Amino acid sequence: MTRLFLTTALVMGLAVPAFAAKPAEGEKLADKQEMNYWILDALKSLDPHKNTDREGSDALRQLFEGLMNEDINGAMVPGVAESYEVSDDKLVYTFHLRDAKWSNGDPVTAGDFVYGWRRIADPATASEYAWFMELMNVENAPAVVKGEKKPEELGIKAIDDKTLEVRLTAPTPYLLKTLAHPSTFPAPQKVIEAEGDNWTEAGKLVGNGAYKLDQHDLGVQAVLSKNDNYWDAANTILTTVRFVTVNDQNIGLTRLLAGELDWMDRTPAGQFPRLQQEYPDQAVSVPDACSYAYLFNLSDKGPEALKDLRVRQALSYAVDRDIIVDKVLQGGQKPAYWWTHWATEGFQAPDIEMSKWTQAERVEKAKALLAEAGYGPDKPLKLSIQYNTSDDHKKLAVAVQQFWKQIGVQVELANYEWKVHTDRLQNQDFEVARYAWCADYNEPSTFVDYFRTDGYNNGKFSNADYDKLLNDAKTAADPAPIYKAAEELLIKEMALVPVYHYAKPMMVKADLRGWPKANVMNDWYAKDMYRVAE
Amino acid sequence: MIDSQQMQSLAARMSETEVKGRSPWADARRRFRRNKAAMVSLCVLALVALFAIFGNTLAVWSNEEMDFNVIGQAAQLGAPSLENGHYFGTDDLGRDLFSRTVQGTQVSLMVGLIGAAIAVIVGTLYGATAGYVGGRTDAIMMRTVDILLAIPYMFVLILLLVVFGRSLSMLFLGIGLISWLEMSRIVRGQTLSLKNREFIEAARATGVPAWKIILRHIVPNLLGVVAVYATLLVPLMILSESFISFLGLGVQEPLTSWGALISEGAGTMNYGTLWQLAFPLFFFCITLFAFFFVGDGLRDALDPKDR
Amino acid sequence: MFGFILRRLAVAIPTLLLLIVLSFLLMYAAPGGPFTQERALPPQVLANLNAKYGLDDPLWRQIVNYVWGIVAHFDFGPSFIYPDRSVNQIIAAGFPITLTYGGIAFVVAVAVGVSLGVTAAIRQNTWLDYCAVGLSIGAQVLPNFVMAPILVLVFTLWLGWLPGGGWGGPIFWIMPVIALSTSFMASIARITRSSMLEVLSSNHIRTARAKGLPERAVILRHALKPAMLPVISYLGPAFVTMITGSVVVDMYFSTGGIGRSFVDSALNRDYAVMMGITILVGALTILFSLVVDLLYAWIDPKIRY
Repeated sequence: MTRLFLTTALVMGLAVPAFAAKPAEGEKLADKQEMNYWILDALKSLDPHKNTDREGSDALRQLFEGLMNEDINGAMVPGVAESYEVSDDKLVYTFHLRDAKWSNGDPVTAGDFVYGWRRIADPATASEYAWFMELMNVENAPAVVKGEKKPEELGIKAIDDKTLEVRLTAPTPYLLKTLAHPSTFPAPQKVIEAEGDNWTEAGKLVGNGAYKLDQHDLGVQAVLSKNDNYWDAANTILTTVRFVTVNDQNIGLTRLLAGELDWMDRTPAGQFPRLQQEYPDQAVSVPDACSYAYLFNLSDKGPEALKDLRVRQALSYAVDRDIIVDKVLQGGQKPAYWWTHWATEGFQAPDIEMSKWTQAERVEKAKALLAEAGYGPDKPLKLSIQYNTSDDHKKLAVAVQQFWKQIGVQVELANYEWKVHTDRLQNQDFEVARYAWCADYNEPSTFVDYFRTDGYNNGKFSNADYDKLLNDAKTAADPAPIYKAAEELLIKEMALVPVYHYAKPMMVKADLRGWPKANVMNDWYAKDMYRVAE
Repeated sequence: MIDSQQMQSLAARMSETEVKGRSPWADARRRFRRNKAAMVSLCVLALVALFAIFGNTLAVWSNEEMDFNVIGQAAQLGAPSLENGHYFGTDDLGRDLFSRTVQGTQVSLMVGLIGAAIAVIVGTLYGATAGYVGGRTDAIMMRTVDILLAIPYMFVLILLLVVFGRSLSMLFLGIGLISWLEMSRIVRGQTLSLKNREFIEAARATGVPAWKIILRHIVPNLLGVVAVYATLLVPLMILSESFISFLGLGVQEPLTSWGALISEGAGTMNYGTLWQLAFPLFFFCITLFAFFFVGDGLRDALDPKDR
Repeated sequence: MFGFILRRLAVAIPTLLLLIVLSFLLMYAAPGGPFTQERALPPQVLANLNAKYGLDDPLWRQIVNYVWGIVAHFDFGPSFIYPDRSVNQIIAAGFPITLTYGGIAFVVAVAVGVSLGVTAAIRQNTWLDYCAVGLSIGAQVLPNFVMAPILVLVFTLWLGWLPGGGWGGPIFWIMPVIALSTSFMASIARITRSSMLEVLSSNHIRTARAKGLPERAVILRHALKPAMLPVISYLGPAFVTMITGSVVVDMYFSTGGIGRSFVDSALNRDYAVMMGITILVGALTILFSLVVDLLYAWIDPKIRY
């Protein structure tokens, strides 16, 4: 019943052999092929199905390989899957796996993927990323995660060792893009069953990625070295990759300048312009698929004032995004007048009126709107801004407090550590709160879905038209205009104060090549990198 | 860290002189005046206090206002200057460091003084009660102190701030509760030796209630110890607060404290904005220095070694 | 003496129990659990997680289970935030590190602090004394979170002599030891100085001097030992402060000790790790105060337990 159906992506994938590190014409490789990558915190888990953070994902992408990989531009390229077919109704994907090996020499089979996917959905694993299977619309995923159905009933099946079938409940245009996420990686069943929770220790961990784990000292560093059993080991150039934990960004920068680190993908706020001047060949800023905003609490527990559209507009207008971006962050971020990150693939910039005004006009309009809503010097609007402990969030909150003071709003700042902040957000115990969303995959729906009535949506924004637009987008041939309309509606209702779109102001050693300059997801593969001789 | 042996020796002397019927204070005052370091320190403390109280009247900017001319270019434009009114320069957000230092001084001094006061009051009352009542109550109370002494307090303080949210009152309480245990032991020891003296016996015989005896007769005899202990405790409280601020668990913005200012300044010290570290650190250091010298001087004056 | 040690150890048990209950209650009262995260977990997943870690039991049962796990199996439970590791493993990895640089810092602080204090005391009211006193107060008031970045700047970036962080051979120990030991060194120097002064003015030193003993012998043989008493009683609490101070060291020098793990676990609600470290530090505190008392008795024969 499935019919062979080759997509263009696949044709390209077949035409060009998988992307691998290739020094360009005239580049001479350095003798020492090592890279030290800065991470802020210790790697919490190297289990692809228990990992929850970005640094962990960065390490897992070196140690394991999923069906698909991303190239340095963010395009999906074949990983373990050599080719695939999609049924006409777009509900069944069949993947054909290449001859690949685990780092212990065992072959990578379709069964390893089946085991991995069942494992993450299985309530017994209690993975915090079980939702990823639901996001992918894998058949029976919600029921399996809830424990209503057995993991064996999940819509993934090994037809034979080299053929994998995935069944979906709904057409999912972004499915391929989710297949480079660690949650979808295969898992070595024998090793996990033999070693239990400790299977990710250095020496025990078996992966199918281009690197293997040599050493992992919690809070110090993880050392990865080239895996000779990797199918493309012949084209892997970097021999050693270290993930070095430095809890303090300023110290991290100092150590980078001292030559102990090669890549720091988040320089301290405000330092980027100076670094760009002093180290023009090392300081680079690349877009990063996250958006920063202040959320309004529109639920019943939220303040009455925020239910007035004019108040929300006034607050949004009064925020001087240029100052935030150019004076506070100074790292190549862009001012945000809508929610979806500007560089997201398939996103068309919406037509937002306020983005065209000058700040003076915005402040004037904001004052008028507030007055209209009944607030003034004798009856000032009082709000609290909640943010989580971090220098950058603090700076922004302090700045926004000043911006709002200009239009006569009295703001109190409330600083909580991350867990409490999140807990209060989820229980709607806030008035205005700092929030940022990072894309799960490179497509606008990951952003706009946030504000669906049943989305994560901590401020409880709810708009029937908005929900309908997003439902339409799921099946539309070209969803881009719909996303655009949704964004325009979101800002018309001013569901949030969009503040800025992320960028990563980085310091990368000039001789390091092959890191993703144009992948807004910033997923990187050490196997694509190499160092050139100066 | 306070040397508890010296405190005990001081306490012993304070109760001893009382019996001799001669106030130790008059002699002490004379000796203290002769101690140059302590006198200079006292002046420094007075100046810092004046700075905290009246500094704001000199400030051109408030502690939360951002100077939009400076923000983003603190290294180039935010240096200390008399012209634009930023006497101590600005922080990265273009906020005036002078008024922030004034306000940070207020918070840090307050935390130090109130924290020390809590520690001293709780410690004195607890120790005096245990020592005076004696018997099983005393045993239980002091056993409790033994147990509490084994608790890693900084850990508990971090937990308290995480659990109850950061607030000034939590900070006062948490920091104050760290240090009363040692005090209570010293006070108990002295109370034990005082309680069988004639004047206490006499009071008891005339039916004065126990709490009144503790407050009227025992505590006043411990005043010297309390004063010295408190003076030496203040800098330790300020140090604890700075550590808490460093962890990001200190007071809420836009309020600040020395600890918060110093840890911000320390982060950016290599970025050409050294004044952000220098000014708060200067006030922090001279104040702590002064408290230590005054405390030592006070102790030496009350308990001279050449007796 | 034996009875004394036994009695002290008997007090240790209720102390540790109190510590467990106290921190359990505090953690329990804290908003946000270990699995609170940005994308609210589906209730079922949360329930699964809670079941897996036994967080769905009533509070008293959790405490009982926890204590039982420690008593019966010496098992401090699994970490919530580091799902690949148990608390035992995390402590086993981090504690030797903290102990190494902490221990060295301790020895350095005592050695340098005592020498400085004694020198200042013998040369009382000379410029040497003033320097020592000034230096020690200065070192005491300079927070180690200021000192640590200065060290990295100077020794790693400018001079290039030392690695800016990480853990390995002795070359990695130098900066953590300096950052950690200075304030203790300063306290020890101050305490030594004043207690030395007191001892030097006491009768038995006067006698020794009168007998015509050389000054060196007087100080080393007769004065030093009694003068150490206050220093020793300071060392007990100093040890705990040192562990607290190791937070800064772990953060700035990426040493991977337990200090950072503690702060992390408290902020991330990793109950098990937090409790494990709290109990460890509590137990060490008790142990240390016992050792201090024994040392005391050894130095001062007048004290009998």
